[in-house]
Amino acid sequence: MLWVCGAVYLLVLAFLGWAIWRSRHQTGTAPQDHHMRAGLLTWALIITAGIGTLATASFLVDRALAAARQEDALIIRITAHQWWWRITYLDPASGAWIETANELHLPLGQTARLELAASDVIHSFWVPNLSGKLDVIPGRRNVLDITPQRVGWYRGQCAEFCGLQHALMGLDVRVAPAEEFAAWLATQAAPAAEPPDTVLARGRDLFTSGPCAACHTVRGTGAAGQAGPDLTHFGARRTLAASTLTNNRGNLQGWIVNPEALKPGTLMPATELTPEDADALARYLAWLR
Amino acid sequence: MAALDLNAPQADLAQDAAALDAIWRDPPGIRGFLTTVDHKRIAARYLVTTLALLVIAGILALDMRLQLSQPGLERMGPQAYNEAFTLHGSTMLFLVSVPVMEAMAIWLVPLMLGQRNLAYPRLTAYSYWLYLGGVLMLWVPHALGITPDLGWFQYPPLSGPAYGPGHRVDIWAQMITFTEVAALAASVNVAVTILKMRPPGMTLARMPLFLWAMLVTSVMTVLALPAVMLATSLLIADRLVSTQFFSPGAGGDVLLFQHIFWFFGHPEVYIIFIPAVGFVSAIVETFTRRAVFGYTVQVLAIISVGLLAFGLWVHHMFAVGLPRLGASFYTAASMAIALPIGLQIFSWIATIASGRPRFDTPLLWVTGFIATFVIGGLSGVMTASAPLDLQLTDTYFVVAHLHYVLIGGALFPLFGALTYWFPKATGRIMSEGWGKIAFWLVFVGFNIGFFPMHLLGLMGMPRRIYTYPAEAGWGTLNLVATAGMLIASLGAAIIVANAVISLRWGRRAGVDPWGGATLEWSCASPPPPWNFAATPVVASLTPGWEPPPRAVMTGLSLENREVLVTSVGDAVPEHRQPSPGPSIWPLLTALATALLFVGSIFTPWAVVWGSIPVAAALIGWFWPRTRPEEAQAEAP
Amino acid sequence: MPGDTAGLEALRPRVVGDLSGLPRDVIGMRNLNSWGLVGFMLIEGMGFGLAAASVLYLASQGAGWPPGGVLPPDHLFGLIFTLGLLASEWPNRWLARRAHDHDLRAMRWGMVLMTLFGLALIGVRAFEFMHLNVHWAANAYGSVIWLLMVLHTTHLVTDVADTAVQAGWLFRRRIEEKQYSGAVDNCAYWDFVVVTWLPLYALIYWMPRLWGPA
Repeated sequence: MLWVCGAVYLLVLAFLGWAIWRSRHQTGTAPQDHHMRAGLLTWALIITAGIGTLATASFLVDRALAAARQEDALIIRITAHQWWWRITYLDPASGAWIETANELHLPLGQTARLELAASDVIHSFWVPNLSGKLDVIPGRRNVLDITPQRVGWYRGQCAEFCGLQHALMGLDVRVAPAEEFAAWLATQAAPAAEPPDTVLARGRDLFTSGPCAACHTVRGTGAAGQAGPDLTHFGARRTLAASTLTNNRGNLQGWIVNPEALKPGTLMPATELTPEDADALARYLAWLR
Repeated sequence: MAALDLNAPQADLAQDAAALDAIWRDPPGIRGFLTTVDHKRIAARYLVTTLALLVIAGILALDMRLQLSQPGLERMGPQAYNEAFTLHGSTMLFLVSVPVMEAMAIWLVPLMLGQRNLAYPRLTAYSYWLYLGGVLMLWVPHALGITPDLGWFQYPPLSGPAYGPGHRVDIWAQMITFTEVAALAASVNVAVTILKMRPPGMTLARMPLFLWAMLVTSVMTVLALPAVMLATSLLIADRLVSTQFFSPGAGGDVLLFQHIFWFFGHPEVYIIFIPAVGFVSAIVETFTRRAVFGYTVQVLAIISVGLLAFGLWVHHMFAVGLPRLGASFYTAASMAIALPIGLQIFSWIATIASGRPRFDTPLLWVTGFIATFVIGGLSGVMTASAPLDLQLTDTYFVVAHLHYVLIGGALFPLFGALTYWFPKATGRIMSEGWGKIAFWLVFVGFNIGFFPMHLLGLMGMPRRIYTYPAEAGWGTLNLVATAGMLIASLGAAIIVANAVISLRWGRRAGVDPWGGATLEWSCASPPPPWNFAATPVVASLTPGWEPPPRAVMTGLSLENREVLVTSVGDAVPEHRQPSPGPSIWPLLTALATALLFVGSIFTPWAVVWGSIPVAAALIGWFWPRTRPEEAQAEAP
Repeated sequence: MPGDTAGLEALRPRVVGDLSGLPRDVIGMRNLNSWGLVGFMLIEGMGFGLAAASVLYLASQGAGWPPGGVLPPDHLFGLIFTLGLLASEWPNRWLARRAHDHDLRAMRWGMVLMTLFGLALIGVRAFEFMHLNVHWAANAYGSVIWLLMVLHTTHLVTDVADTAVQAGWLFRRRIEEKQYSGAVDNCAYWDFVVVTWLPLYALIYWMPRLWGPA
């Protein structure tokens, strides 16, 4: 399509250039109106043929994309929030729902059926290297089938303006071979383990007794908040705050203490902690893998 | 129509002019300023306001470009950036593009028709005052720190009561109401003037292409703008009195807003573009010294673009999850619009090829228009393809596309038109040398500024983000784009300086500096308040190129303001219609209307109580005043 | 500041006709003001059309029309209003003809009659509002039903007020020529109010009965 349009543009430019050149040099006689009428007709035919070709091609591509659906698809529910993604997998083995956030894992070569829902305003799900956009609309459930063909890490982003922090509503996507994916899903299904040492246990207690648990869930502990992302296996994620920062202990600690400075407008409030407590909390979260 | 009788007794037109001056001149000073219904004065206000806003909103664009010139910059936070693009988009679309075209029509249409004023002079004044109200509605709150921040489209539920607290959304919505009522008033005015006030002999087939363009634009405006007013009214109702139009939980639907909004939004693009097509035809005609090749094709193309524009709105919504077949239909319809526009491009180029073109600044702008607009048209064909659009929409590809269409397609012809008609409006010609320098700076800067955005879009850079990570690899192209914009801004500054300096020191223009083919080139520069001493009679498509003597008709009243009304098809003189003089009522009515609009941000009762002053003002406006000469109907 | 007239002389204007014999005031579609009225009817007609399209769109979203538990509007007052509105066309058309023929006496009392007729209809309209059986804030169905009613009532009240004001002006000592064409235009606007009501009536009163809950 790019080539067709480029060629048409060059044609127009050449015609314009010729018209200017001719009138500048006044070589020969001016084109007669009946010649130009013939030219106009030819041009009309060229455009019509061009549009016909492009529209047909577009229709065929569209149909091919639609035909890619597969019945035994992996079901994944993605719920868009201001400004992060809740992701739940329907475990094909157990039939249970497994929740995670902001990092989407897909098995190579298998069709995943993404059921898109919005919890607040309109968002748009877009991973440029995997597929086109599909809006995520309150009150509707849009379904997007994706069959990834190449292993790797990809970046996705919300593509419909969704308020203050639309810019930092990213998504990491991992396409992995089937075995690796299955292992990952099994890990995600498990609840968090018991902390092995006192520092981690202190972190866990801070989490479950402090304000964190009001919004976040860590399965296997008392923390069962629903407003924010599920953090049961947070430590294994590559980034934090919806693909805003690399997930390391320094960033994490900064994020907990003053999220506003790193992602202005985020709905996560700042937490006042002593340096030791902040360190323990960050260690605990990083240990949740 | 009366046969041409060249031996008829000759009236003394100079003496007529003195009498006309007495009845058409505005009162002096501030009174005249507030009460004028002179289409030229009102158009000048419209133009100055829109062009000032063009500069201000352009500076906002520069601000955003600087923020994006490198990844991770922190000179603007998300709030400031969101406000900037909201103000930029809303100002450019609602307060600049549409009104500037109306301003040109308000000024030009009566002159091209050999008339003394528009059909509804007071409505013209009302239109401007309301438009000014819309400008203040957006920019005064901005000065007070309450700026709309949800984009020029404000989709619910983001703009609904739950997620858009405060008054930012209401301010935006009522700004729309102000400007749309103003635009509707202007459009009805222009359409009726073109249909019913053409000079004797100017049949539909002899109507200049600019008038065709404005006629189609005005009708489109009348049909499209009610949609956006409905959309914003429903939004305000949801926010103010808890209706449930866009609440999915109560049977409402958030996409209803998008459907209504884009039913307006897509024709809106052509409402901006078609007048520009009219400028292009006028300029091409004058500067190639031949009538535009393919007049009929041009007229049919304008009309079919106007019709097709109403069938395309869904192509703004491909990503919402539509049935596939529906999407394909809109793909085909959207691509089809390339045919009429392609034919127009062809016939302009053919006109240049077969004429004797003189590349003064206006024609230079037209050439630049063709070279850039075609890129915008072709990228439009690409985004019209539903599967491709799912990748391109909401990326910088679309930002590039829409700026190629709106700047290349509408602003370039507008700059050409301003240069072309400047001598008629001011009596002075703008400097050609500086005009050409400015053209090249804007043309080159624009392309450097916006072409890279196509590539950024293909690389996946989404719209409406205030920052992006360095790893994305978008930094270099963004830097180039920012540099291009700076170059174009320099050119724009030169245009402004050139206009201001030429106003005072430019070369004297005379009546017809360019050898124009249309009637406005046969009155003084600037035209007197009554425009023409006698009504011109038209016998061809290019009356300005007919050899003298010029046929005119006299007989309109020299004691009262009067205009000539003719038949729709053949412009046969039908009757003389009294034309209202200066009046304070349009301003008072606009103030009353403004009170209602502003009040309704705070309470629904403003709609009820606010309608009383509006009604009172309208009663004052239409109060029958018996003219001295027509006391014929004494009541028994 | 006199404009630059250099070059105006060379055009040598030649008077080929005299317009002073043309009539000054005309009634009907030759009058500019009637064209303006048509323009505004187009604008408002678009508004009605889009509001009606919104009704169909919302109904097609599948929640039932009306949604479960909501009753359609009561028939009685809607029917009285519709019949009354249709009946008003008879004096309205008569008034338009009298105004066209410059029959001042008939016009005065015709305008008064139409004002009273209009006021009575506004009264019935108030009862219609009381019997819609749904609040605008209850659900989208209620919102859009109220939207149609409010839109139409705005036009109704505007035209009745306009008729009243024009009627008052007719009792002044001196009558201006444009008041005759103004009265004819006002009658045409009433036609618009009547004609637009019929599809709205069908949408408000009959569609919920024919469509029904999901």
